[in-house]
Amino acid sequence: MTVAVQEFEFLKELLHERSAIVLSDDKHYLVEARLAPIARDLGLESAEAVVRELRRTGNRDLRDRLVEAMTTNETSWFRDMHPFNALRDVIFPELIERNRPSRNLAIWSAACSTGQELYSIALLLDVHFPELEDWRVTLVGTDLNAAVVKRAASGSYSGLEINRGLPAALIARYFTRDGANFTVDERIRSRTRFQQFNLAGPWTSLPRFDLILLRNVLIYFDLGTRRTILEAAMRQLIPGSYLSLGGAESPNGIVDGLETVMAGGATFFRPEAR
Amino acid sequence: MHALIVDDSRSMRAILGRILRDLGMDTEEASDGKMALERLLSGGRPDLALVDWHMPNMTGVELVSEVRRRPELAEMTIVMVTSESGPDEIGAALAAGADEYLIKPFTRDAIAAKLAMVGIDAGPLGATLSGGDSLL
Repeated sequence: MTVAVQEFEFLKELLHERSAIVLSDDKHYLVEARLAPIARDLGLESAEAVVRELRRTGNRDLRDRLVEAMTTNETSWFRDMHPFNALRDVIFPELIERNRPSRNLAIWSAACSTGQELYSIALLLDVHFPELEDWRVTLVGTDLNAAVVKRAASGSYSGLEINRGLPAALIARYFTRDGANFTVDERIRSRTRFQQFNLAGPWTSLPRFDLILLRNVLIYFDLGTRRTILEAAMRQLIPGSYLSLGGAESPNGIVDGLETVMAGGATFFRPEAR
Repeated sequence: MHALIVDDSRSMRAILGRILRDLGMDTEEASDGKMALERLLSGGRPDLALVDWHMPNMTGVELVSEVRRRPELAEMTIVMVTSESGPDEIGAALAAGADEYLIKPFTRDAIAAKLAMVGIDAGPLGATLSGGDSLL
């Protein structure tokens, strides 16, 4: 999906004027991804409609919100560190021990954006758990936005993106240069699968998972939708498995039946045993 | 926290200096590897060095190798900050003894994040590795 030329040009000028950032013409997907939450919040049908609304009204609050959304990129490698340390030290060792008989491990990055979260998991597993080499490891990344899913599947990142949270040793070991970009090794990329998926729609065609990463996405939905999504996530988890939410997110007061598990400075949630 | 910025570009030294001072560090500068090494051998003991790769007289990687040969400088954390960005070059810098590697161009919070990775307190930006920089 692309944003109409007039709206894109308006946004481009606005961003340049307000933040000196140059929005290049191949960044339609970024406009879609960043403005979609604002569209939902305002009851507008699309990112394009948000820009159109701003053009129509000139509303200063909306302008500031839009600039902030476009200039804040929260996607990084090993984001927030603690959950990844906890996965390495506590959660994955436990899941691997538990799943040793079946030799299956299934992980879902449910709002994967451009893929850094799922690739971070793939890299972490490759570095720290080489015994999984002959397991059936399922790494699924999904996002509502088809353009970011396509980018995630390409495994290709700019230098600026590579700088954000990815240790140099991993760049040297797992990436190759592709012109100005860095591409994750085919060996890692081939273990991942990215597809478009609407968390607020019907949850079909998904396997069950040992770990679901549903981080920093619930904040974009209203309470009723959060409940629906969390209940669906609980059904999608293999018994005794884990759910990871964003640092500012909690299921408390939204759904019952999830117990809190503190591990290595991070918080995970697990369906209570019945 | 005391930091040495080694880069042959005056404007780059100014940018890095401003960012580090904003993070609460004292800074000094050297415009090539040779000058930086002389500074270190004459008793300078920064906690951190940000080092460019391509510089006259002595390159950044040569400087890193020289520093790592000297036990008295072992405590110093070294982050390469360079436009040299091939994975092989990154591997070579790490093998020479660099602790981390930041690719130019960079954003303010990418520096903070790299510093956090090497155990230097760089405030909330570095702590979360997701300080909200602009990546357009």
